[in-house]
Amino acid sequence: MSILIDRSSRVLVQGFTGKEGTFHAQRMIDYGTLVVGGTSPGKGGRIHLGRPVFNTVAEARAATEANVAVLFVPPFAAADAIMESAAAGIGVIVVITEGIPVLDMIRAKRFVAGTRAVFLGPNTPGIIVPGQTKVGIMPGPIHRPGRIGIMSRSGTLTYEAVRQISDASLGQSAAVGIGGDPITGLSFVDLLELYRADPETDAVVMIGEIGGTAEEEAAAVIRQGYPKPVFAYIAGLTSPPGRRMGHAGAIIEGETGRAGDKARILAEAGVVVIALPSDIGETVAAHISK
Amino acid sequence: MTGHLRFCYNKRGMKLLEHQAKDILSRFGIPVPKGMVVETPARAAAAVEKFGPRVVLKAQVLAGGRGKAGGIKTALGPEDARFKAEALFKTRLTTPQTGAAGLAVRRILVEEAVSIDSEFYLGVAVDRPRSAVTLLVSPRGGIDIEETARAIPNAVFREDVDPQAGARPYQVRRLAFALGLSGETLTEAAAIMTGAVRALLDSDATLVEINPLALTGEGRLLALDAKIVLDDNALFRHPEFHAADDDADADPAEAAAARAGLNYVRLGGDIGCLVNGAGLAMATADLIQAAGGKPANFCDIGGGVSEDAVKAGFEIVISDPAVRAVLVNVFGGIVRCDLVARGMIRAAEEKGVRVSFIVRFLGTNAEEGRALLAASGLAYETAETMGEAARKAVDAAGRNPGGGRT
Repeated sequence: MSILIDRSSRVLVQGFTGKEGTFHAQRMIDYGTLVVGGTSPGKGGRIHLGRPVFNTVAEARAATEANVAVLFVPPFAAADAIMESAAAGIGVIVVITEGIPVLDMIRAKRFVAGTRAVFLGPNTPGIIVPGQTKVGIMPGPIHRPGRIGIMSRSGTLTYEAVRQISDASLGQSAAVGIGGDPITGLSFVDLLELYRADPETDAVVMIGEIGGTAEEEAAAVIRQGYPKPVFAYIAGLTSPPGRRMGHAGAIIEGETGRAGDKARILAEAGVVVIALPSDIGETVAAHISK
Repeated sequence: MTGHLRFCYNKRGMKLLEHQAKDILSRFGIPVPKGMVVETPARAAAAVEKFGPRVVLKAQVLAGGRGKAGGIKTALGPEDARFKAEALFKTRLTTPQTGAAGLAVRRILVEEAVSIDSEFYLGVAVDRPRSAVTLLVSPRGGIDIEETARAIPNAVFREDVDPQAGARPYQVRRLAFALGLSGETLTEAAAIMTGAVRALLDSDATLVEINPLALTGEGRLLALDAKIVLDDNALFRHPEFHAADDDADADPAEAAAARAGLNYVRLGGDIGCLVNGAGLAMATADLIQAAGGKPANFCDIGGGVSEDAVKAGFEIVISDPAVRAVLVNVFGGIVRCDLVARGMIRAAEEKGVRVSFIVRFLGTNAEEGRALLAASGLAYETAETMGEAARKAVDAAGRNPGGGRT
């Protein structure tokens, strides 16, 4: 068992027949993910990529016993799609969609809190357990099975970290994006707890960035005592205050959210802070082999 | 308490001008001073006939600290208003938020002057760490709420409201009592708070702020100043705000990038950057700085980028006169490196490249992208790692001190 998903996870693709949904569903199937079907309202009854298409998640779940959903639904309909999956009893919802209105996400998050579901994202590359299953859009081949748990607010910067870890002859127990948006589902704190309990994970690498308080909250948990080494790189040391840097979440709000402050707070909590994004693999390898 | 207030200023999103914000507030039943927006001194004088003789002239610019910068004047009578409006239209307002160039004043809000008894603070904001919508009030209005929260934390009162139903009567009543109000003023304040929450929810705003909310000499509450920030991601369902999106004050490169759907921020250095993904783009800028260089810009081409958008982005970066070297760092995932290469080649062929550029392609179709660039006849360097790419870019910028077209 890894965290959240493993090779037995039965994955439903919401927005299955769209361009993005089709492309990435095929990639997931190629990786070995157990894609059991998908939803596209109005297209139920068809077969797509050799899998059944359903009108509703409830129907899909009854027919396929899907327990994980991945969303390629456009922003205006995405919050509703999250709630639909949660209401239908899906356990893990991975929200790839970027650009969902913030109030929609606040409403969806409150809704999901009243169900047994958890969600990742929005605006996440997803989650991968190398060698077993991937639920998301990350390039599979850069990953290798191993014992480092990765968690990140970014997409391509996660790939960079993963590749460095793989190149350092280490591998990943899982690599998870929590999403670059202001309102997200599972947090760094939640993932720290999952990695803490996971016997397959020996160390955790956190890829943070400016804005918000996700890293500070993680630091507070680690300070209480964390049984595994934690490494962190925080992007945006040189970003100007008050400007949105691509991710809606990545913005320095007044006096808070600065990369330097986050790095300092993490270091004080006992985290190995990696100053340069080019040194992630080397630093982790050097500590692990000690 | 201070810790909980930090998020109040969500600077992301589309800011509205004061008069636009007040229009919205009036629609939700919130009283604002009588006034009108003018674009000439003559119209300012005419407005005095309606709302005068004593009026306040308020420059309509998107920057805090307007009053201290001289953007707010009082005037008595039409001639005084004409004279002061003329001066304001000629000024470029410089505040800590505008940068040295300042902002041109194109519109002035002329309002009736009111006598003020006391000033309160009222704000509704998306509280990001707690994923909530929060209503905040303080009896200390007219000053920065974050300062109040730091100095006198028990002078700020808050209620989390239901993001669907809005503020409940008991919640706004509690806050109105906390402000020390009673009688009709209490009822009025409660209605204003309910309206402000509704304004945020119905407009898809991330911030609605009334500061100060004034109690006038006549015992009435009035929103003297107002600030609204809209959620860009929700603009698709608010056609009524599309006209408000005025990019005349934006940096031309930033505006061009926005039209191409790219996230571009000017950073002031001399190494141009083109990267896919916000995190990777920030990390690339950090590495350039660590290698002793200064990034000219942040440019995230994003995930679903088209060849045309890459072309536009590369054009913007290479035609920046401050740029002496360009670093392209693409880790293909959704984005294919061959598509990026094609966009770059088309931009280079049309615009000509006067600076050195360094390319690092990884991930999806990296080989194809490298092959296309190699066959294009363009001169460039390649790099395997991010660190190597940043060092090469810094070296290249150093070799090209003029930065001019060669």
